[in-house]
Amino acid sequence: MMWNDLQLALPEIFVLTMACVVLLADLAIPESRRGLTHLIATLTLIFAAILTARLMLASGEVAYAFSDTFVRDRFGDVLKVFSYLTLAAVFVYAKHYLRQFNLFKGEFYTLSLFALLGIMVMISAASMLTLYLGLELLALSTYALVALNRNSLSGSEAAMKYFVLGSLASGLLLYGMSLLYGATGTLELSALSASLSGGAGQSMLLTFGLVFVVVGVAFKVGVVPMHMWVPDVYHGAPLASTLFIATVPKIASLALAIRLLQDGLGTLHGDWQLMLAIIAALSLILGNLAAIAQTNIKRMLAYSTISHMGFMLMGILGGTSEGYAAAMFYTLAYVVMSAGAFAMVIMLSTAGHEVEEIDDFKGLAKRSPWHAFLMLMLMFSLAGIPVFLGFFAKWQVIAASISAGFTGLAILAVVMAVVGAFYYLRVVKVMYFDEPEASMAPLQAPVDFRALLSVNGIGVLALGIFSSGLIQICVRAFS
Amino acid sequence: MYDWPLLSLLIWLPIATAVLVVALGNSHESLVRPVALIGALATLLLSGLVYLGFDTATAAYQFQERVLWIEAFNIYYHLGVDGLALPLVLLTTLIGVLVIIGGWTIEDRPHLYLAAFLVLEGLMVGVFAAMDALLFYVFFEAMLVPMFLIIGIWGGPNRIYATVKFFLFTFFGSVFMLIALIWMYLQSGSFQITDLHQLPIALEAQILIFLAFLIAFAVKIPMWPVHTWLPDAHVEAPTGGSVVLAAVMLKIGGYGLVRFSLPITPDAAATLDWLVIGLSLVAITYIGFVALAQSDMKKLIAYSSISHMGFVTLGLFLTFAIARNSGSLAGAGLGISGAMVQMVSHGFISAAMFSAVGVLYDRVHSREIASYGGVANVMPWFAVFAVLFFMANSGLPGTSGFVGEFMVIIAAFHANFWFAFVAATTLLLGAGYSLWLVKRVFYGEIGSHTVAGLKDLHTREWVVMVTLAIFVIGVGVWPFPLVEMMEASIAELLSHIVESKIK
Repeated sequence: MMWNDLQLALPEIFVLTMACVVLLADLAIPESRRGLTHLIATLTLIFAAILTARLMLASGEVAYAFSDTFVRDRFGDVLKVFSYLTLAAVFVYAKHYLRQFNLFKGEFYTLSLFALLGIMVMISAASMLTLYLGLELLALSTYALVALNRNSLSGSEAAMKYFVLGSLASGLLLYGMSLLYGATGTLELSALSASLSGGAGQSMLLTFGLVFVVVGVAFKVGVVPMHMWVPDVYHGAPLASTLFIATVPKIASLALAIRLLQDGLGTLHGDWQLMLAIIAALSLILGNLAAIAQTNIKRMLAYSTISHMGFMLMGILGGTSEGYAAAMFYTLAYVVMSAGAFAMVIMLSTAGHEVEEIDDFKGLAKRSPWHAFLMLMLMFSLAGIPVFLGFFAKWQVIAASISAGFTGLAILAVVMAVVGAFYYLRVVKVMYFDEPEASMAPLQAPVDFRALLSVNGIGVLALGIFSSGLIQICVRAFS
Repeated sequence: MYDWPLLSLLIWLPIATAVLVVALGNSHESLVRPVALIGALATLLLSGLVYLGFDTATAAYQFQERVLWIEAFNIYYHLGVDGLALPLVLLTTLIGVLVIIGGWTIEDRPHLYLAAFLVLEGLMVGVFAAMDALLFYVFFEAMLVPMFLIIGIWGGPNRIYATVKFFLFTFFGSVFMLIALIWMYLQSGSFQITDLHQLPIALEAQILIFLAFLIAFAVKIPMWPVHTWLPDAHVEAPTGGSVVLAAVMLKIGGYGLVRFSLPITPDAAATLDWLVIGLSLVAITYIGFVALAQSDMKKLIAYSSISHMGFVTLGLFLTFAIARNSGSLAGAGLGISGAMVQMVSHGFISAAMFSAVGVLYDRVHSREIASYGGVANVMPWFAVFAVLFFMANSGLPGTSGFVGEFMVIIAAFHANFWFAFVAATTLLLGAGYSLWLVKRVFYGEIGSHTVAGLKDLHTREWVVMVTLAIFVIGVGVWPFPLVEMMEASIAELLSHIVESKIK
């Protein structure tokens, strides 16, 4: 029995071991050969992917382990594999940045791997306690990542804000969980769901718990009214950490939302649906309108994240498997696009000068036509223009919300998509219609960085045209 | 031969050429233009094959290709053309060649310029050939991207304002169509346009869907009062951009009304036909007066386009009034035929007029009417063509401009005398602003030293002018092939829209 349990958690155990190995090995690796740390970390991800894929192929059955606190199912496996892939890409992008800014230390890799472990635990959580443990591991690692550059005042400030607000949100979430426990007497999500559909618990207490849980989820996802940390953290953190925060943890947020709201509180769907609808509507409005006013590209992308997460919630609020699949597709699509967009910002940054302003993209079409074209595809994709990936993500969540009866929200969403198109177009405008300034340094990046960025940019187009496969993966994760 | 996926080739050959052109761009600049031209010519030839293989006796979609595209949502890569789509596909491929020839002298990043037009051509063919509503939407929206760049990079001084306005207006219009399409998909489980034609819908829902479509297509056509982006876009766009915009992109709005609004929501269209007819009449007359007041040649043609597209929407929506008045379908078809002929004809004429203005602009770098005068003295051949085109624009019998307008006005008489009366005044207005422009630009004393030094057409311009003149006169003298091509499909459409879809 125990052996079976361990086998199901093999990828997690492996990542934990390797995170410790990286931590120790990095002490012995001299500064000049830091690439080795990168290599070990990447190999860890590859092997973890193989381990997860083996589990996925071995059986399609849902399996529980460790006294029903840990679950492996197809949904979890797919999300984990995507997390590995994304983190591997983040490593490649981040390496270039860290080298240029003298931050190329082992800590980035160790912290990222521990964060990944947290994400994996969250994805596989079958009990509220497991979920919370994974969440805290992820959160603590990310706080440290934000403060990676000790000499940066804004980085420390962002980390502090993130830590205080994050702890508050964790507290709220934990409080909500304890209320639910008080009402039903169980921490396991499946048991919680069973006892709720059996009519157990006082409705007042449950609703109270639910509100706190939704607030906690909203903070982790980064949506209105718990969105305040997003722009400050995106802006203050070093680009490599922003890149990380904007990608892999989004997958965890999706898992958190679906594990809690569907697996645990699915019966209370009628209660949380309206809350999510309001949160989504506010996020769409605030995210898009505030993004227009930004001149700083990191803040602009941060506000756009808020609106994107609003879109994602439109998929979840339907409470149907089609809706969850749409939300999952949206998250994965967003991760691909956002990784590419932040990588472009990294690419433009040169040693000592981190790109901040949208104006730094001036005349990119003349300086480097290929990279301008990649950025153009990423921006149009984020704006949701066909035939790019972002469009296929958007129409699915819109369809999900219409089929859930929220046609008004769908109309608001498409209008806000038009508003959003404006600030993405501005980036394209700056790149293509403005002249470069003479002082701008030529673009330079290592080969692996360029190759991956090209794959990433082309992927936004290719995954759009051939979106059927990815849609199928998401649909099957919930069937 | 006809087993080839011809329609796919029409879409993807220009796009593949565009990729090749961009790839050549950096190292082999001298090859860029010939390669682009060969790609566009090959596309034109292939569309000729489609024309030759097209059976005009049937209303069925022909040259169908059907591949499952997105399994989970039952979306197909489904192409096919009927008599309504084919003329517009042919128009697109022809204009595709002409803008490549017209863009020969572009200096700033010519490979990108030509590639953008080739991509645009492929996407526009896709819009006309799509038989799946989501595929249609994808092509419809994707078109905005190359056009955004064309106006923004190669446009005039105020290009950024114009191109952003163009993009946001059209994008805003079309998102409501997306919602309508999704709603219908949730009802029917299919995005096939032919399935949507059969889907029964209650009147209230039909009206909402109709309005959603109307916003999308009215912006595109454009109809008064959502036309304001067009003069800006036209004025700032490079000549090729204006030509494509006026000749093909505006037609997509009209095509959308025929393909979506009328057959999917016939009852709503019958209920709300007064709205569209009213807007059309305002466009025809009011915008006609606005055109009269312009001092900028491109702006004048832009307003004239809006006014002429008013005939298209008028013709399409007269159908219901005629059917109510006479109880016969024969007269009702005349309005739709007239509208379709008008679309094709306006495609040629507007392309010709913008090309003519482009000829002048290349030499003088001014669009102001006041900068010219007496051009006919120094450019006699050019003046012959230009006068022909502007006369055609005013609806001179014997040119294509006459045929469509005449059919629509006849149809309007069947519907309501006053519709016809108001529409017919435009013939006066159209003649007024067209001929007044001709007088001020081409006749009279030579306006300035610059004009005195002008040289007549060179070879490439000859090609463009002669080709367009052939079509303008050809359709005007012998419109039969064009009408015949559309006849069966229009009859089918009519018999479909007079049946109520309310179940």
